[in-house]
Amino acid sequence: MTAALRRLGQAPWIWSFVGAAAVWLATIAFTRGQGAGEIVTAALSFACFTVIVGTGQMLVITTGPGNVDLSIPATITLCGTVAMKVMNEQDSLIALGILAAFAAGAVVGSLNYALIRFLRIPPIIATLSMSFLVQSSAIAYNRGLRIKPPSLLDAFTTGDTWGVPWIAVLTILFSVAVGIVVGRSYYGRAISAIGQNARAAWLANVPVERFRYLTYVASAMLAAICGILLAGFSGGPALDMGSEYLLGSIAVVVIGGTSVAGGRASVPGIWGAALFMFLLVTMLNTFGASAGIRLVATGLIIIAVIAIAGGERQSR
Amino acid sequence: MAAQALPRLDRELLRRALPAVTLAVLLIAIFVKQPLAMSQFGLTLMLQYAVPIALATLAQMFVIAVNDLDLSIGSFVGLTTCIAGLYLPTMPLVGILLLLLCIAAYVAMGALIQLRNLPSIVVTLGMSFVWGGLAVLLLPTPGGKAAVWLHDLMNVKIPGVPFPIVAAIVIAAVVQIGLMHSSYGVVLRGTGGNPKAVARAGWSLLKTKMVMFGLAGTFGVLSGLSLIGLTSAADAHIADRYTLYSIAGVILGGGEFIGGRVSPVGAVLGAITLALAGSFLIFLRISPDWQIGAQGAILIIVLALRAVITRGSAR
Repeated sequence: MTAALRRLGQAPWIWSFVGAAAVWLATIAFTRGQGAGEIVTAALSFACFTVIVGTGQMLVITTGPGNVDLSIPATITLCGTVAMKVMNEQDSLIALGILAAFAAGAVVGSLNYALIRFLRIPPIIATLSMSFLVQSSAIAYNRGLRIKPPSLLDAFTTGDTWGVPWIAVLTILFSVAVGIVVGRSYYGRAISAIGQNARAAWLANVPVERFRYLTYVASAMLAAICGILLAGFSGGPALDMGSEYLLGSIAVVVIGGTSVAGGRASVPGIWGAALFMFLLVTMLNTFGASAGIRLVATGLIIIAVIAIAGGERQSR
Repeated sequence: MAAQALPRLDRELLRRALPAVTLAVLLIAIFVKQPLAMSQFGLTLMLQYAVPIALATLAQMFVIAVNDLDLSIGSFVGLTTCIAGLYLPTMPLVGILLLLLCIAAYVAMGALIQLRNLPSIVVTLGMSFVWGGLAVLLLPTPGGKAAVWLHDLMNVKIPGVPFPIVAAIVIAAVVQIGLMHSSYGVVLRGTGGNPKAVARAGWSLLKTKMVMFGLAGTFGVLSGLSLIGLTSAADAHIADRYTLYSIAGVILGGGEFIGGRVSPVGAVLGAITLALAGSFLIFLRISPDWQIGAQGAILIIVLALRAVITRGSAR
């Protein structure tokens, strides 16, 4: 029992949950317990979007130093827009819309990888340049129209049972599946190996390039899923709907205990970090902090968390 | 085929010349499309914002040279314009003190990253919230004004040559000499190239990192000052795009993300190229929808050319 507790204490992701709980307690202490449940429901809903794109970002970051996907926000916007436009507010076209958004996501992911692999562009610049093109495509395609989601999708993304949002249940199941894939499957072990030493992985017959390709496509596809859900949840796509997920997706991965140097992924930590980030903003709002103070506090707390949790020991 | 026939030295030369060639091609394209732009007035107007962008790009370059990345430079430049706009005209001493504090914060950021061995992406990401928040606290709505001397400095008229070009040459020369041709500059770049070797030779990695982040902060402040000299009003979000511009500028200018391989002259050329690309797209009458996309495409084309040139010599 104590051994298990000690192991838990050493898990890098535990601190994000401790932080989330502490922030939640501080908030309800301030409101004297009022709205405690509602805050949890809202946090679970909003955390889902961050968790989904954060998972994609985590896979990319795990494949090694310098790997990061900056095209996630633009992909969210493009895929959310494509889905809503194809669905055309009709329940019967939902499946077709999802397929179209997936196709768009797969194209973006493939192009990202093509730039990295064949033009040898560093991933940061490749995905950044790609995000410009994707964002422009979204603007040209959407032309600023706000299309409502089909009623079925709207009901699904905003529905809950006893305060537990349906999308949160699905996202938790998804996270469990990803946790198994990352920890137990050949793919998961291979991307960790690639992240630790790509050449060694290649010499050990790991299909390095194929897995790298799969990872970038996975990240873009997850951004597509996030785009569909977010467009449904917020009553239609908007051109800036993805913008907060640039910092969000990276921050939750790192606060959650995934190694930025690659080679070590942490799936549960993403949940803790996403809840922590949302609850932090809620707490500062509850305290009546102005926008400026909210930003400063958020930034300082993020830095404090990773400074205390500690960086990588340079043992390798 | 032609690239394969080139000996190694020529390839390296071509690679170094690429930022200048890119800029030249862009300039020629602009003049062909819009001959009126080829005047002192036209060039000054098009290159106006090249100076603040070049300074921000150099700030980013110092950070990239030690294998880190600064995702906060855009909001930092925004904050410095707010400080300069609020205090420099009326209470110059307070203003200068606050700007020095900003630089000190950058030094502390470098120290924290080195001491705790933290990922710079996350620390600077967090700091971008802090800078942005402080700027909004200082100046909730756009306002303030440029100090008279700043405004005059940024609007100097030199007969025959556009001021931004002169300023860019001076800035590039100073940094090039300081970082590439001085002995301490070699140690500073070595921190990115081979930190273990630098540490074993008795240099403090903590100190070199603090110096590089201090330089980045200093150039960020200079970028903010030159920016408000041009706009005459400050705004917390005025320079948000500079984060992406500065990273792209360093890479366009021939810098690499890892290994301390950077080029100050190249970075300035890259920044000017980015500043001009916007004007070129307007001259081409590209629909506003596709303007951001076209900038992404330009970036990809230049990097593709670099890949073709260096193919073979990289491994």
